[in-house]
Order: sequence, then C-alpha cells, then structure tokens
Amino acid sequence: MRVEVDQPKCVASGQCVLLAPAVFDQDDDGIVTLLDADPGPEHHADVRESAAICPAAAIRLVEK
Amino acid sequence: MTVAPRRVVVVGASVAGLTAAETLRREGYDGSITLIGREPHPPYDRPPLSKQVLLGDWPAERVFLRRPEDVAALGLDLRLGTAATALSTAARTVTLSDATETGYDALLIATGVRPRRPPGYDLPGTHVLRDLADALALRERIAPGRRLVVLGAGFLGAEAASSARALGAEVTLVEPAPAPLAHAVGPQAAAHLARLHREHGVDLRTGTKVTGVETTDGRVSGVRLSDGTRTPADDVLIAVGSEPDTRWLEGSGLRLADGVVCDAYCAAAPGVYAAGDVARWHNPLFGVSMRIEHRTNAAEQAMAAARNLLRPEQARPYAPVPYFWSDQHGVRVQAFGHLRGHDEARVVEGDPEEGGFLVAYRAGRTLTGALSVGLPPRALRRWRTAVAGRADWRAATEDLPER
Repeated sequence: MRVEVDQPKCVASGQCVLLAPAVFDQDDDGIVTLLDADPGPEHHADVRESAAICPAAAIRLVEK
Repeated sequence: MTVAPRRVVVVGASVAGLTAAETLRREGYDGSITLIGREPHPPYDRPPLSKQVLLGDWPAERVFLRRPEDVAALGLDLRLGTAATALSTAARTVTLSDATETGYDALLIATGVRPRRPPGYDLPGTHVLRDLADALALRERIAPGRRLVVLGAGFLGAEAASSARALGAEVTLVEPAPAPLAHAVGPQAAAHLARLHREHGVDLRTGTKVTGVETTDGRVSGVRLSDGTRTPADDVLIAVGSEPDTRWLEGSGLRLADGVVCDAYCAAAPGVYAAGDVARWHNPLFGVSMRIEHRTNAAEQAMAAARNLLRPEQARPYAPVPYFWSDQHGVRVQAFGHLRGHDEARVVEGDPEEGGFLVAYRAGRTLTGALSVGLPPRALRRWRTAVAGRADWRAATEDLPER
C-alpha cells in the first residue's frame, strides 16, 4: 500500500491522526504530514479507515 | 440467520452514498451495488462550495471526491442524473425518475438535505447554496462592488458572506437571532463570530427578519427588513437551513420525523438503513436522538451503516463524537461533541477579546463538547478524548483558572 496526501486539501480535522498515529501526524497548523508512505500490513486497516473518513478527501491509497 | 444481500441499492451519490459503496467493497461484499445520484456530476464534496469554489480558488473538478479510476474500480451500477422518486419496502423496489424500478435485498438511504426556500424567494437573483451548480451560479454574480444580501448567519451563510467579502462584494448578513449561531455554540463564540464579521466589513443585522423582497423588472433588487429599513441587493442568498430530502419516501412505510428515523444501528426497517444528513438516529453516547448535517458524520455514519447492513447479526451501535469545522474570514472554527442544548458554555482557554480561545460545553454534570476558534487544531485533542469518555464536568475543568 502506498499512501498519498493532498496537503492543500487538508482541513486539519486530525481524524487520520486519531485513527492511525503511526502513519499520519499534523503540523502546527494542523495540516497532515505523512510519517510513513509505505506502512506495514498491521496499519492497513486503520489507514483505509482514515482515507474513508477524511473530511477533505485528502488521503489517497494506491493498493499494491 | 439472515441471508447475505446480493443486491444493494444506495440512494444518494454524495459523501455518504459513495462512502457506503466503498465500505461494502472494503468489507468484501462482491454483489451488485446500484448507486443513484440526482445530480449529473460524479460524487463530489460540498464543504468547499462556500469556500474555495465560491472564492474561485479551485476549479470545479477539484471537488470530485475520487479519481475516475478509483470510482471505476468499485464496479458500481452508477446511475447519475437520476433521482429516486418512490420506495416500496414491501416489494423491496426503488422507483427512479426515468420511470424504471430497481429491486434490492438491502437499501441504504443517503439523500441528504434540500435547502429551505420560503415561498416568494424563487425569482431571478435569488440563490441557494447546496449543489455545485448553485455555487458556480453564485460565483458568477460576486464581484467587487456587487451587493449581496445573505439571509441567515448559520455556518453556510457566514462562510458565503466571508467569501463574498474577500472578493470585494458589499455584503449584508441578516439574522433573526440576537447573535449568529448562539443556540449552537453559546454566547461567547457567537459574539466573537459577530465581531469577526463586522471587522471584515460585513453589515451584520442581528435580531432582524426579512419581511419581503423588492423587484425591478422581475429581478430581485432589494429586501425589506423588520426594522423598517430596506437594503438594495443585486443578489440574495437564502441560507435559512435545510430539510431532509425525504419527500420520495412518503407512503413508503418508513417513519419520517425531520429525517429518516433509525435505531442506534442506523436501521430504519429490516434491510433498510440511512446515513448522513438525512438520517435521524439515537446516539447512545449522548443518549439523544440526533440528525447531523456535518461532512465528517456523512462518511463515518455511512461506514457504520454499511457494515451493519452487511452483517445485521453483528451490528454495532453508531455512537460517534460529532466533529465540524468552519472557515470564516480566515479564522478556523473546530468543534467536537454535541453542543446543542447545552446548559453551560465556558471559555476554558485563551480569550475571545484577544483572539484564539476554546469553549467547553456542559449538559447536566457531563462535558459534552468543545469548540476552538483560531487555535492550533492540536489544542482540541485532549478535549475530544474527554468528550468521548463522557468526562465529568468538574473533573475536566477543575484545574483551570476561574474566569
């Protein structure tokens, strides 16, 4: 799985950080930052949940 | 033991409908999914309409929620530009605007809301802002010096007023209540938002109702207000709330009461679920019936409803901590929890007179929500945790200085 984030779209809700803190973080303005663009299988369910719930549709997953 | 569905129909192709379809696939469902959308566009996002789209910062296509290849990969029977017109729960069929019928084993209703439009407010020059087409039409009309009257200072009206001011329009914002959003966010945040409008040149008229529209050559040219004044207008935006899009469900046997009435599992009837703006359900976390018109809930509830639809015998109650955000005049408002109906709103961080601040909300003895204005989003995190844990109000606020 490859994770892509669209920072200009991000609305800083932090939902992804709540769900998958090993993969996503927020900068001081709350904008998403990627900690791991190629997370291990143990994170996949949380990352998919994050992408689905992101209120800005700013997370895209490319399943390998 | 229920039989697993093989034909799922999802009515509504916005955030909730698309998320439901994606969740069904992610959960391994490989039967048919018919996704019915009233508008001709692929599934798109609405929050940017009053912000980036109205400002002209984004081209229209940027609001589309998924790339075409990602939508195609879901293998949907996608019926865009097609509205559902009737439902028979007995026959398990949905009737469509093209006069066809489609049968289902399980149905998910996600038709959202329609903007309220009082009688007499449908003449040229009057607008609502719900669909992409609405936003593009209004954007065409906003320019420096143009006069826009916005009726209703809720989130939508406030954001549209903010965007129009940024584009140099002369904006009058008319609100019947003494302060914008006071019933939802409490007096401190409402007063701050009112001041923010005025500092940015919005002519905010609180405690004021519109008593009529004036026309010139069949087009709106102004509004008459309850304080006896009249305000000239090139355009009028009606942002006085919305109502659940449930007219097509009348006579279906489903219970309708300001939304499709669901249980705690988002089920409205056997095999029938609802999610997003249209769904009224019992949120066990707060112990109240809710209907939430926020972007995050549309996705979150669609995921919960889709999972319960697939596996009713393992259904889980939907008990979210609601979240919303709003951008007004460059200031970010964010909130977690259930703010309406609070008994107390208290400023617990910062100072509304000086800029960023955080308000906590109490219902009974429990912390039920928190809202920040102009603070870094991290400031809210611990409050979200406390709201989710149904924290005792005194325990959550006792270490804080008195105000």
